[in-house]
Amino acid sequence: MAQLLQHLINGLAAGTIYALVALGYTMVYGVLKLINFAHGDVMMVGVYMGYATAFALGREARGSLVGVAAIFAVAMLGCALLGFLFERFAYRPLREKPRLTALITAIGISFALSYGFQLDIGFLPGASPRAFPEIIEPTEWLIIGDRDVVVWNWQVISFLIAVGLMVGLQYLVFSTRFGQAMRAVSWDHRVAALMGIPTDRVIALTFMLSSGLAAGAGLLYAIKDTSVSPLMGLYVGLKAFVAAVIGGIGHVPGAVIGALVLGLVEEFVVGYAASSWRDAVAFGFLILVLLVKPGGLFGRVAAEKV
Amino acid sequence: MRRLAPMLLAALAVMAAACEKKTQPTPSGEAGTQAAQGQPAGTGGTPANADTILLGQVGALTGGQATFGISTRNGIELALKEANAAGGVKGKKLAVKVYDNQSKPEEAAQATTRLITQDKVVLILGDVASSNSLAMAEKAQAAGVPMITPSSTNTTVTQKGDYIFRVCFIDPFQGFVMAKFARDELKLGKVAVLQDNKSAYSIDLSDVFTRKFKEMGGMVATTESYSQGDTDYRAQLTAIKKTQPDGIYVPGYYSEVGVIARQAREVGLKVPLMGGDGWDSEKLFELGGSAITGSYFSNHYSPDNPDARVQKFIADYKATYGGVPDALAALGYDAARVAIEALQRAKDLSGPAVRDAIAQTKDFPGVAGTVTLDEKRNAVKSAVVLKVGDGKTQYVTTISP
Repeated sequence: MAQLLQHLINGLAAGTIYALVALGYTMVYGVLKLINFAHGDVMMVGVYMGYATAFALGREARGSLVGVAAIFAVAMLGCALLGFLFERFAYRPLREKPRLTALITAIGISFALSYGFQLDIGFLPGASPRAFPEIIEPTEWLIIGDRDVVVWNWQVISFLIAVGLMVGLQYLVFSTRFGQAMRAVSWDHRVAALMGIPTDRVIALTFMLSSGLAAGAGLLYAIKDTSVSPLMGLYVGLKAFVAAVIGGIGHVPGAVIGALVLGLVEEFVVGYAASSWRDAVAFGFLILVLLVKPGGLFGRVAAEKV
Repeated sequence: MRRLAPMLLAALAVMAAACEKKTQPTPSGEAGTQAAQGQPAGTGGTPANADTILLGQVGALTGGQATFGISTRNGIELALKEANAAGGVKGKKLAVKVYDNQSKPEEAAQATTRLITQDKVVLILGDVASSNSLAMAEKAQAAGVPMITPSSTNTTVTQKGDYIFRVCFIDPFQGFVMAKFARDELKLGKVAVLQDNKSAYSIDLSDVFTRKFKEMGGMVATTESYSQGDTDYRAQLTAIKKTQPDGIYVPGYYSEVGVIARQAREVGLKVPLMGGDGWDSEKLFELGGSAITGSYFSNHYSPDNPDARVQKFIADYKATYGGVPDALAALGYDAARVAIEALQRAKDLSGPAVRDAIAQTKDFPGVAGTVTLDEKRNAVKSAVVLKVGDGKTQYVTTISP
């Protein structure tokens, strides 16, 4: 029983990270119908920005609230800028081209980042995994029995941040003018432009928002698992993408719930079966969802406009 | 259709030109300085008019096992530099062509093919990870190019054929060493095993450890597994914790082991971890932090060894690359020196002649122990057990076969 509870907590903690990354996929897909495969790698770049900041600030700044806020701010703003650059120079020129072109560009950016960061020249970090500094001092918040079940502070913090961001995004999309503009662009960006909506600005902002979010998620991930490497974006990005599809891509709460479900499924598979089953079950689950409900758990199947 | 023919012709022409270039390699590097007089054509497998003997290395310079390949390369370079300073082999200079396998077997196989068909190397060194060496051994054996792996310990590597050698001990021995150490020195009764299901090395070590530990009267409570590249091991460790073991055997690589150690402490497992030579990297201390302190692993050599030869190697290595050489650097150095010595003894540089020369290696004084190759082309050596201290390792004991 204790073991089950501990698996539940661990699974939620893992799912939380997937959720934050999945939100980025879902937002960009919602607005642009583009699966931004470089999203996970933008997250990785954010983690390394945070890593560099943590070291620049020195050891004493790590435990402090100001220090942690600075690390998150640098990484998230840095990645927002990166997202802006990618949108402006890689995706915008392709907007009127077939959707496949932009998708291939995204995959290209993904590989350029994950393999480029393995080079050991100048400021690039090199291939080996690094240990992320403990910027939040890990503390046990809740202990049941003889350490049978342990809840850590960072698990609670990540979970609250993920839920908070989900609610915030939902509000942004459905209750603000910017959200209205996003939905209009998502519906048809040419018509939206004719109605006087600054399409380019809305899309650029969406990219910046999603990239900044990715950096935040990456830092939470780094705090959780301590090991960071240039390839981490590929692993986490793929899982988050699966989560977004399970939830119904383009659907904000769907992405979060899909991610939590995926995190739990993986944790239980590893805990009670074997780790080699993890990916097989995760992708099997994806196929099952798509077979039964092609739009994902919360998505709707929209007829393609011809 | 009309445009196809000229295009095909052009493509063929380009390919022909490219091949032309590759048949006359001009090995870069130290070829120019000392115009060593190469023997006239007829020295066998190497391209004529070359005044350099080209060796090949395939190793992980990027990916999860990157420090392995880099350490090995440093060791090999050091050995070659010494040999060249001493006049080279058969009046020729030695050079090495290094390819990165990105820690992937498929890349390793491709790089090996490239070394054989394009660079026409006389001998191949590598890799560290057994999964990669297995892929390479197949290609090297098929082409009849001798290959020496510095540190692949999986049994099946040298079983690929009579052109494949190694200068390290084999996994069954490492599993035995740690089982013996856990029973006799640490007096452990019940242990858990956490193995990497994607690595032949890890599975092999785990199997032998389990068998030997049981034979010696111990009990293996549970065997859990993970996959290379994972960073979250809490589910497995939670399951292990339930069995309340006295120790955990984790025969994996440093990049995962460091994180496993941290998370083991996090779920409340305070028992020592044990492992094999895959732990040996400076990175282990960074990734594991204080959590890894007090754990043990079996290894090929200890830098604490007072032997003059070992200390000279360590001093030379420090002077060139900075930092204390790990076992992989020492084995890379040994492998290259065994190769060089064999090339000197070989009657020519053809594959079979070099192979026969390597096979006759006997009582070769390496820095990671004396190398004598048995009829199965494996080195028979003893192992050391090291304890992980604060930022460095500490010699504990030596265990012989």
